[in-house]
Amino acid sequence: MLTLTHFLMLSGALFAISIAGIFINRKNMILLLMCIELLLLSANFNFIAFSHFLGNVDGQVFVFFILTVAAAEAAIGLAILVVLFRTRASINVEDMDSMKG
Amino acid sequence: MAELIIFLGFALILIGAAIGVIVARNPVHSVMFLVLTFFTSAILWLMLEAEFLAMTLVLVYVGAVMVLFLFVIMMLDIDTTTMRSHFMRYAPVGIFVAGISIAEIWSVVWLRSQGLPVQAKPEAAPADYSNTRALGEVLYTEHVYAFELASFVLLLAIIATIVLTMRRRPGLKVQDISSQVGVRSTDRVRIVKMKAEKD
Repeated sequence: MLTLTHFLMLSGALFAISIAGIFINRKNMILLLMCIELLLLSANFNFIAFSHFLGNVDGQVFVFFILTVAAAEAAIGLAILVVLFRTRASINVEDMDSMKG
Repeated sequence: MAELIIFLGFALILIGAAIGVIVARNPVHSVMFLVLTFFTSAILWLMLEAEFLAMTLVLVYVGAVMVLFLFVIMMLDIDTTTMRSHFMRYAPVGIFVAGISIAEIWSVVWLRSQGLPVQAKPEAAPADYSNTRALGEVLYTEHVYAFELASFVLLLAIIATIVLTMRRRPGLKVQDISSQVGVRSTDRVRIVKMKAEKD
């Protein structure tokens, strides 16, 4: 029988995969942005699963707002990426060390 | 039982596509795997009766955001070979951290969800139930301030993106409207008094 646990485990697996992706692709900024999209998707999965199993539609409203913020984040992130590539001719994260942090 | 089999099939596709996103050598392939991930998630959201959000995911994410990613990847000439040179160096620690976190999440979910009353799947909604209507009824009443804030966030994203990517090239010939409007006749024409020449 399909239960809430199945969906929570699936979203946990998705979350762990995106964490691994952030470690593995830590040089490429585009892939980092894509891993963040995956991470937000796993959070949305939790909200929708709980919304369905608790019979409350408010969780879906939250997912609506998370989608809005994630789209804005992707647009601004890619704009920063384009500006960075224009000035540095590279999107390697290791080249961005001018602030000596 | 049939529902569980459908769920497991799509969950396997989802996990496989997500792994494809993070290990693909070509960023374009990563984007394609991400599109597959979003499509499969939309199908699973349909199983959870979140029809409006499933459609939004496909239309907004696959239709707009992923195309934006593809545009940027194809516009920028990225050297993927040097990016991948340290792939194996970071892979063990990434898999280690992912394994730890997945074990923690699964153990918590498994232990804590045993006695929960929400375990049973609720009855399917009747045929005339509209998920879009139910969502709109709370979105425009209870959450109307959050909705307006979300529109403001989108406006901010539009302005920020335009300002960030606007470029002023040196030597470009453009009109300066304010100096054109503010010009006075004395700046342009100079009356010179001089004697007429006779011969």
